[in-house]
Amino acid sequence: MKLITAVIKPFKLDDVKDALKGIGVAGMTVTEVRGFGRQGGHTETYRGAEYQIDFVPKVSLSVVVDDAIADQVVDTIVSAAATGKIGDGKVWVSPVDRLVRIRTGEEGAQAV
Amino acid sequence: MRTRALRVISGLGGTLALLALTPNVGFAQELTPEDVQAVLDNLWVFIAGILVFFMQAGFALVEAGLTRAKNVVNIFAKNLADATIGILAFFATGYAFAFGGGGSKWIGGDNFFLTGYDDYSAFDGGLSPATTFFFQAVFAATAVTIASGAMAERTKFSAYLVFSVVMCAFIYPVVVHWTWGGGWIAGMSIGDAVYSDFAGSAIVHMTGGVAALMGAIALGPRLGKYGPDGKPRAIPGHNIPFAILGVFILWLGWFGFNPGSELAADQYVMSVGVNTMLAAAAGALISTVTIWMKSGKPDLAMIGNGALAGLVAITAPCGAVGPISSVIIGGVGGLLVVFSVLFFDKVRVDDPVGAISVHGVVGIWGTLSIGLFAQYDDAFLGREDAGLFFGGGLDQLAMQAVMVIIIALWVAITTGILFAILKATIGLRVSAEEETQGLDVLEHGLAGYTGDSVTTTS
Repeated sequence: MKLITAVIKPFKLDDVKDALKGIGVAGMTVTEVRGFGRQGGHTETYRGAEYQIDFVPKVSLSVVVDDAIADQVVDTIVSAAATGKIGDGKVWVSPVDRLVRIRTGEEGAQAV
Repeated sequence: MRTRALRVISGLGGTLALLALTPNVGFAQELTPEDVQAVLDNLWVFIAGILVFFMQAGFALVEAGLTRAKNVVNIFAKNLADATIGILAFFATGYAFAFGGGGSKWIGGDNFFLTGYDDYSAFDGGLSPATTFFFQAVFAATAVTIASGAMAERTKFSAYLVFSVVMCAFIYPVVVHWTWGGGWIAGMSIGDAVYSDFAGSAIVHMTGGVAALMGAIALGPRLGKYGPDGKPRAIPGHNIPFAILGVFILWLGWFGFNPGSELAADQYVMSVGVNTMLAAAAGALISTVTIWMKSGKPDLAMIGNGALAGLVAITAPCGAVGPISSVIIGGVGGLLVVFSVLFFDKVRVDDPVGAISVHGVVGIWGTLSIGLFAQYDDAFLGREDAGLFFGGGLDQLAMQAVMVIIIALWVAITTGILFAILKATIGLRVSAEEETQGLDVLEHGLAGYTGDSVTTTS
């Protein structure tokens, strides 16, 4: 099993969700986060005083899937979330040691 | 006959009929026009007082919107408290010091707790003491609440309560007594010029603004407001919609503040209202242009301050000037407020909402503008064309300046002493830990927003 995490632009969430459902991913968890990458921030003024805007609102999306479809899920997220402009985000894959469905106690592949 | 005129006349006729039929209205056999006028006068001033009272909501929203979420309970608490405790203090001694019988040109000496009247609700051909107290009490509440904005996010609630009491019980009433109460300043003249301040650019707004300045100085800037290089850092407000809603509510309330100060229901109520509206719009427009040019973008918080600046500026001259002068006076207020906010930031006086600039600096401008633009007799001036631009010479401007200086010095000295005493006794500023965590939970035991609220904008 793999944990696939993606940080994407917030308005792309619906596109990514629909695309993942389309390839059979049954569930996901979403958090509102802030972040920045290589492009850094910029300066704004408020009542004449300057301040830095470094962090930009993003959405972090996590799914746990079978090893077999992990690559397909990554590719799906990338194509659904991309706009071609700065700030599109990143996707990464980490291994999952153990997975349990809380309601039934099912483990491993049954719990995905 | 036009429908509207018909409605007005039938309304008036209905009122007269109702008054004639009601037995306990206190009139003799015949209802005279003077009796009707007295009812209209009192009713209008009373309604105007209700509008001014609602400005408390406006002040609260502006201040909450321009400060941080972790302090929102505290700022609303300060606003609620200074309105309630302030009005009670004004009831106890403030009204007596301001308008009470007895006394001298320095301070009133009778009618504490509104005692000493045969019938304090009787009109007697003019405004009843009840009407006058109602209207003046909400003005006192306005003067005191100005300071809470400049002192936001770091002031101990208990210390602020003491300030509210002293301000409404004594400091503000003395200013009123010297002017509207017919005391010291009211007896002064320079040539033909006597003081004029129709609704209180100096008496209410500058008074509040100077108190705000002394408070901000005594407190010092918020933690993190100034970087290690000494440059001011932006601490953005947490709810700009609150702030602008507050501006609109204040603007609405000002239609009671200025026109109500005519203290009568007559034709000048409307012209004062028009002047008020034009000045506010001009102030907002000019501050938009100014901040757009200075910062590159139209900063809405500053635009809101501009509208308020226009309103403060016109508060003194609204009875003595025409519509075009009102636009100019309000516009200059909008220009001044932008530069004043930037100035106080630069000299390390941290004013989270711009109260010192909007009410103090522009209050001074509004008061002085009478010396330039006064064209009509506003019942204070006693003459026409008192302004410099209308051939009145410099006397009026000089008289306005004298009034400004006296009031500013009185408020600065008394509030300076008060804040020094508070600092040395119960303490004026919260601890650094409390300021960083936010005042809501540690001063009030209550969070302003729970997890139910919206936390992002994307």
